[in-house]
Amino acid sequence: MLARIENYLPKIVLAPTTVVMVVCMYGFIAWTAVLSFTKSRMLPQWDFVGWDQYERLFNNPRWLVAIDNLGIFTLLFIAISLVLGLVLAIFLDRNIRAEGAIRTIYLYPMAVSFIVTGTAWKWILNPGLGIEKLVHDFGFTDFEFRWLVESDMAIYTIVIAAVWQSSGFVMAMFLAGLRGVDDNIVKAAEIDGASPARIYWHIILPIMRPVFFSSIIVLTHIAIKSFDLVQALTGGGPGYSSDLPANFMYTFAFNRAQMGLGAASAMIMLFSVLAIIVPFLYSELREKK
Amino acid sequence: MSHTFANGFNAGRAFIYATLVFFALLYISPLYIILTTSFKDIEEIRSGNLLALPDEPTLYAWIKAWGSACTGSDCNGLAPFFWNSIRIVIPAVLISTIIGALNGYVLAQWRFRGSDMLFGALLFGCFIPFQVILLPMSILLGKMGLANTISGLVMVHVIYGIAFTTLFFRNYYVAIPSDLTKAAKLDGAGFFSIFTNVFLPMSTPIFVVTIIWQFTQIWNDFLFGVVYSGSGTQPITVALNNLVNTSVGGKEYNVDMAAAVIAALPTLLVYVVAGKYFVKGLTAGAVKG
Amino acid sequence: MKMNLATLTVASTLAFNVPLAQSSDVEVLHWWTSGGEAASVKYLKTKLNNSGVSWTDFAVAGGGGENAMTVLKSRAISGNPPTAAQIKGPSIQEWGDLGFLANIDSVAKANNWDSMLPAVVSDVMKHKGSYVAAPVNVHRVNWLWANPEVFRKSGATIPTTWSDFIVQAKKIQDAGYIALAHGGQPWQDATVFEAVVLGVGGADYYKKAFVDLDMSTLKSDTTKAVFKTFGELRQFVDANSPGRDWNVATSMVINGKAGMQIMGDWAKGEFKVANKNVGTDFVCVSAPGTSGSFTFNIDSFAFFKQKNTEDTKAQNVMAKEILSTDFQKVFNLNKGSIPAKLGMARTEFDSCAHDSMDAFVASSQTGGLVPSFAHGMAVSEAVSGAINDTVTNYFNSSLSPSEGMNQLVSAIAAAK
Repeated sequence: MLARIENYLPKIVLAPTTVVMVVCMYGFIAWTAVLSFTKSRMLPQWDFVGWDQYERLFNNPRWLVAIDNLGIFTLLFIAISLVLGLVLAIFLDRNIRAEGAIRTIYLYPMAVSFIVTGTAWKWILNPGLGIEKLVHDFGFTDFEFRWLVESDMAIYTIVIAAVWQSSGFVMAMFLAGLRGVDDNIVKAAEIDGASPARIYWHIILPIMRPVFFSSIIVLTHIAIKSFDLVQALTGGGPGYSSDLPANFMYTFAFNRAQMGLGAASAMIMLFSVLAIIVPFLYSELREKK
Repeated sequence: MSHTFANGFNAGRAFIYATLVFFALLYISPLYIILTTSFKDIEEIRSGNLLALPDEPTLYAWIKAWGSACTGSDCNGLAPFFWNSIRIVIPAVLISTIIGALNGYVLAQWRFRGSDMLFGALLFGCFIPFQVILLPMSILLGKMGLANTISGLVMVHVIYGIAFTTLFFRNYYVAIPSDLTKAAKLDGAGFFSIFTNVFLPMSTPIFVVTIIWQFTQIWNDFLFGVVYSGSGTQPITVALNNLVNTSVGGKEYNVDMAAAVIAALPTLLVYVVAGKYFVKGLTAGAVKG
Repeated sequence: MKMNLATLTVASTLAFNVPLAQSSDVEVLHWWTSGGEAASVKYLKTKLNNSGVSWTDFAVAGGGGENAMTVLKSRAISGNPPTAAQIKGPSIQEWGDLGFLANIDSVAKANNWDSMLPAVVSDVMKHKGSYVAAPVNVHRVNWLWANPEVFRKSGATIPTTWSDFIVQAKKIQDAGYIALAHGGQPWQDATVFEAVVLGVGGADYYKKAFVDLDMSTLKSDTTKAVFKTFGELRQFVDANSPGRDWNVATSMVINGKAGMQIMGDWAKGEFKVANKNVGTDFVCVSAPGTSGSFTFNIDSFAFFKQKNTEDTKAQNVMAKEILSTDFQKVFNLNKGSIPAKLGMARTEFDSCAHDSMDAFVASSQTGGLVPSFAHGMAVSEAVSGAINDTVTNYFNSSLSPSEGMNQLVSAIAAAK
C-alpha cells in the first residue's frame, strides 16, 4: 500500500502546480480569449460579437504604433543586452582587479524597481536638465540629445533604460557560463596557437549555447512585461508614439471601458509571442536529448 | 575560475579596463544622481547642477520619506508599507522556492510520461502578459475570500513565480546523473528521503539564485501590488508611487529620491551581499539549459 | 524539515492576514494626492472622525486615476468594492448600469440636495433618478493664466480671441519667452484642444460635436478650422514639453519663463503656493473666445453598495458631510474650484473664483455651460479616450487640419 503511494508521489507533488497552471494560466488565457469575442465595455459582459473587436483593433492607429514599437523594442533590447552582457562578461572574466565591485555595479539596476529609477532617467534624458544640458555646459552648444521629446525617437529611450536595467543580469549569466568552461580545453587551444578571439568565437561561444537560451527566455519575459518602463519614462508619449502593447491593453481594458478590445489586443500579443517562443523552445529542448 | 591567456599588461588590457570602467560609470550614474539628490535641500536641487555633490548634505529627506511623507491623505511615510512588503515577500519567496525545488526534482529525476510536456506547458507561463490575468484573478481571489489581503497577494506571487522557480531547479537537477537517484532507490530510500538527503545538501547555490530572483521580482512588483492590495495591505512600490505623485506645495525631489532608495534598499542589499553567491550559483548550473 | 518550513510559512501568512473593514468605517478610493487636493481630503477625513466614522485611506496615485480605476474594477469584480470612490461624469452612469452603486436618496432628501444643487450638477450625481454620488466641487476648465510682467516686457496684450492669441503669442515669443507653457501629456493636449473648440466653434457647435457626437457637425469646416488653430499652437510650445507635468508648466508662468498657460482652475493653487497675488503677479481670464462660456468638470464621490448596515450608515454620514457648507468651503478654497452647493458665502474666495461663480450662473442661462470632454464629463470613457488619442497624436505630429479631422471622425465612430 505504502509502496503504491510512493509510486505516485512524483505525480502527487506535481499535481498542485498542474492544477494552478491549468486554471490560472491556461484557464485565464481562455477566459480572455472568450472575452475578446464579446462587446464587453467597462466590465465583462457575455454578448458575443464575433471578430468585431479584432477588426476595430487593427483599425486603431494607436495599436499599430504599439506593435511596431514592440518589434523595435524587443529586437533591439534583446540584441543589445545579449551583446553587451557577453562583452562585459568576457572582459570581466580576464582576471580583473575589483571584479566584485564592478560586477555589483552592473547588477544593481536589476534590483531597483523602475518606479524608482524612472524619475532619474527622465532627468538624465530630458534635454533641459540632463545629458544635453551637461554637454552644453561644457561648451559644446551644438550638441543635441533630445530623443525623449521626439516622437520618432522616444521608443529608443525605452530601449536604453531597459538595456541598462537588464544587461547586468545577462552579464552575470554569461560570466557564470564562462566560469563553467573547462580550463583544459582553453589551454589546449592556446598550445595549438589559437588567438584569444578565435578561442572565444570557435570554442567558448558554442559551449555557451545554453546560456544564450536562458538569457533569451529571461529577456523575452522582461520585454513583454515592460510596462512600468513606459509608464515611468515617457507615459507613452510624445503623443502615443512610445506606447507598447501592454500599455495599450491596460489603458483600453481598464481606463477606456473597452474591455473586449483590450482582451483582443492581449490575445494578439500572446500569440505573437508564442509564435516566436514556441518554435525556439521546441528546437532548443529537442536538441538536448 | 577566471580565464587568463598568456599575455601580460598591454594595450589590449588597457582597453578592457577602459571599457569596463566606462560602462561602470554609465551604469552607476542614475544611482549617483538619486543618491546625491536625496541629500540635497530643495533650493540646491532647483538651482544647482544635476551632477554636483550636495553642498550641505542633509538627512531631512530621508527622515521625512521614512516617517512623515504623505502617500495620499495619510502622512506616515514609507515605514508601514515597508513592513507590508516584508510580510508579502518572505512567505511568497519561501513557498514558491520550495514548490519550485520539488517540481524541479520531479521533472529532472522522476520523469514520467507527459512530464516533459508539463514542463514545456509551464514554461509558457513565463510569457503571459500579466495584464491578461488581472480580472479573472480578481474573481478567483474574491471567491476564495482573499481579495485585498496579504495572503491573496502571496498566493498570486507564488502562482506566477512557480514557472521560473521550477525552471531554475529543473535545469539544476537535470545536470545531476540519474544514476544517483537509481542507486539511492535500490538502497531503499524513498522519494522524499532522496530529496532531503541527496539533493537538498547540494542545492545551496540554486537556492541562492532562485531566492534572489524571486525576492527581486516580488519586492519590485507594482502591478499585482496595486491591483490586489487593499487599504492597509499596499506594498512599498504602491506607496512609493503614491508618494512620488503626492506633493503639497511644490515637488520635493529629494524626498522622492530618498524614498526611492529606501524602497530599493532590501534588493540592493541582497545584490551587494549575495552578488558573489549569485554568480557562483549561476555557475553551479542554473544556466545550463 | 521541509514540511515544517512549509507549515510555518502558511501559518505565518494566515497570521498576517489583515482583518476586513470594521464597523463605522469608510474605505475611500481616490487619487487626490497632489497639491491642495491632499489637504482637502484630509479635512474631510477629520470631519468624519469627529462624527464617529473612521476613514481608511485608499489612495492610488498616478495618471489621472488610471491605476485607481483598474483597482476599482478589480475590487468590484471580486465582490469587495470600497465604500466610496472618486468617480465622475458619465462613468457614474456606467457603474450604475452595472448595479454597483448604492442609493443615497434618504440622505439627499433629508438634506434637500435637490434645492441645494444646480440641476446640471445633480443630473450627473443621479442614476435613474436616484442619487448615487455626491459632488465636491465644480471646476472651470477654460481658463487662461498669464504672467503680466512677461506681457509688459513683450508689449503684448491679453488675447480675447484665438486669432488674437496667435498675434500676441508671436510677440511674446519674439521677446524671447516661451509663449505657451504646456505639458505634453494627452490630457493636457486635450485641455487646450477643448478650449480651442469652444473658442473657435462656440458653445452650440461644442455641444453638437463633442457632447452629442453628431457626425455631420464633426465632419465640417468648423472642425477643420479648430484643427488649424490648434495646429498653429505647436509653434508656441517649447521643444521640451513632452511628458511635462501640468504644475511644472504652471511654474514656468510663475517664474516668468513663459507668458501663458491654458489650464483649469486647479492651476491657481500653484500660484498661491508660490505666494503670488491675483491681478498683480498673475492674471486669470477665460480662455480666448470663451468669456461667456463655462466648461465644467465636477469631482464627486460615488457610493458602492455595502454588505452590512454599519457600513451603509457610515456611508450616509460621509455623503452628508461632503455637502456640508464648511467642507465645501475648505475643499474649494484649497483646490481652486467653486463649491457645488448653491448659495454659499463668497467672501473668502478670491476674484478668480468670483468670476467663476458668476460665469457659472450666467452661462447656465445662455446655454454656454458645457461639460468638459477632456476631463471625462461629456462622453463615455471610450469616446473621450479616442478624442485624446487623436488630439495628442495630431499635436505631436505635422498632420494637416483635414487629416486631423478625418482621424478624429473615424476614431469617434469606432469608439461610439
